[in-house]
Amino acid sequence: MSFIEAKALWKEYGDNTVLERVSVSVEEGEFITIVGASGCGKTTFLKMLLGIETPSRGELLLNGRPLPDEPDSDRGIVFQKYSVFPHLTTLENVLIAKEFPKAGLTGRLFGKRRKAALAEATEALQAVGLEHALDKFPAELSGGMQQRLAIAQSLINQPKILLLDEPFGALDPGIRADMHQLTLELWRKTGITVFMITHDLTEGFYLGTRLWVFDKVRDDPHSPDAYGATITYDIPVGECDHRTLQKLEGSLGGDKENTEQRQQDEQVTTV
Amino acid sequence: MKRLMNRHPGSIGRVFLTLLPFLLVVLAYAIASDIRLSENPSDKLLPSLTSIGSAVERMAFEPSKRSGDYLLWVDTLASLQRLAWGVGISALLGLVVGIANGVIPYVRANLSPFVTALSLIPPMAILPILFIVFGLGELSKVVLIVVGTAPFIIRDLQSRVLEIPSEQLIKAQTLGASTWQVILRVVLPQILPRLLDAVRLSLGASWLFLIAAEAIAATDGLGYRIFLVRRYLAMDVILPYVAWITLLAFIMDYALRKVSIKLYPWFHGLSKQGTAA
Repeated sequence: MSFIEAKALWKEYGDNTVLERVSVSVEEGEFITIVGASGCGKTTFLKMLLGIETPSRGELLLNGRPLPDEPDSDRGIVFQKYSVFPHLTTLENVLIAKEFPKAGLTGRLFGKRRKAALAEATEALQAVGLEHALDKFPAELSGGMQQRLAIAQSLINQPKILLLDEPFGALDPGIRADMHQLTLELWRKTGITVFMITHDLTEGFYLGTRLWVFDKVRDDPHSPDAYGATITYDIPVGECDHRTLQKLEGSLGGDKENTEQRQQDEQVTTV
Repeated sequence: MKRLMNRHPGSIGRVFLTLLPFLLVVLAYAIASDIRLSENPSDKLLPSLTSIGSAVERMAFEPSKRSGDYLLWVDTLASLQRLAWGVGISALLGLVVGIANGVIPYVRANLSPFVTALSLIPPMAILPILFIVFGLGELSKVVLIVVGTAPFIIRDLQSRVLEIPSEQLIKAQTLGASTWQVILRVVLPQILPRLLDAVRLSLGASWLFLIAAEAIAATDGLGYRIFLVRRYLAMDVILPYVAWITLLAFIMDYALRKVSIKLYPWFHGLSKQGTAA
């Protein structure tokens, strides 16, 4: 039995088919990067994994059971933005994650339990390099620091799955490279299963163990919504070479300009 | 030379520019009053600043001949009590119903259209009903303020709750929060500064309803006094009372803003120590 399994998954909104016949299985500890053109259902798939969307047809199973249809502490998430609480300091943002599952009606911990939680939160923030910003509000942090905070917050309760929805899309290339390092480090240390959506194909190649490309197999120009996207490439990342990359760029409808831009990005990242 | 839009007054210039329109109004009044009084010394429309001053002294610092009370303070206390009750109840209602409407779809489906309908009833139109039902005492005045401002605050806070990015609510759930914990730790603290804003915006309406209710049926209060002395064309009392009400409203607005900055620095883009982020 696979850890996560999609069986002939469809998602439709009225006449608009977003995903069709997605069948795939994932083992525990894999790091899957997901690329695809805008509007091809990557985010819809992630939302189904998160439990805020349900499949129209087919099944999405976790350890052989349907995924719960609301978010829970098994599945952590980092969005591109708005992932942290603006009214809490860095330390409080992580502390609250420890408080939710343990505290009841007050939503807070007191005394010894609070002290223990604070120590753990501080340690988690050290691991992402935020120990000097414990008392700052998110608005005082840079974009990269906010995402570090969001990652620390998501991982502290040790979820089984981490979902990343273009987490580094708004960051500078240099900062992005740092974040890749950090993400890989945390993934190796925790052995968590990661799904990461990215716009950046080279990022998809660089990170992770497995790359998925979401794309439409069938297309009706008169009715663009009639057919949905599915996983058209499912590649173990180790086996990627430059030709595969180029082939994928082509299949993504990547216009030349886009490709050049990506290659430039890549150069910047590797410098 | 810099563009006009890029030039800023210095600190002394700013104080001067702030005070200038107030001074001009007082000056214009003094001149107009002088002109009228020189034509007719018993004119009551624009009393001189000295006669206004002596009226203030009479109302604020001498006991009334009839009741022995210091009328301005008695009136102020009575009005502020009614206002505090009315605004307090409105704020509490707004907070509870606004958050429930914003967070829980079942409550929203149930209450949101109803609150919208309530908010469209002109409060003054039901003032007679309030007097009939709640009598001529304090209760009907407080209820008028609540009826007039609570639906506005509820609707405002409901939309403020719905403006909280869904990412945050989802995130809290992935961290193991229950509905109650999301309300208590994520929604409520982010809504409180917005409640203060909503209360500030509704203060004008609260004063309006208070004075309307006092004008019609009361035995004390700032609105009552203004409408009482109107019978004698006592502009020397009405004008300082109006200025006093304006000052009170201004202080409340200012205090609420300061409280908001002190308690919720993140809402104003400040750091925990209150410095600019």
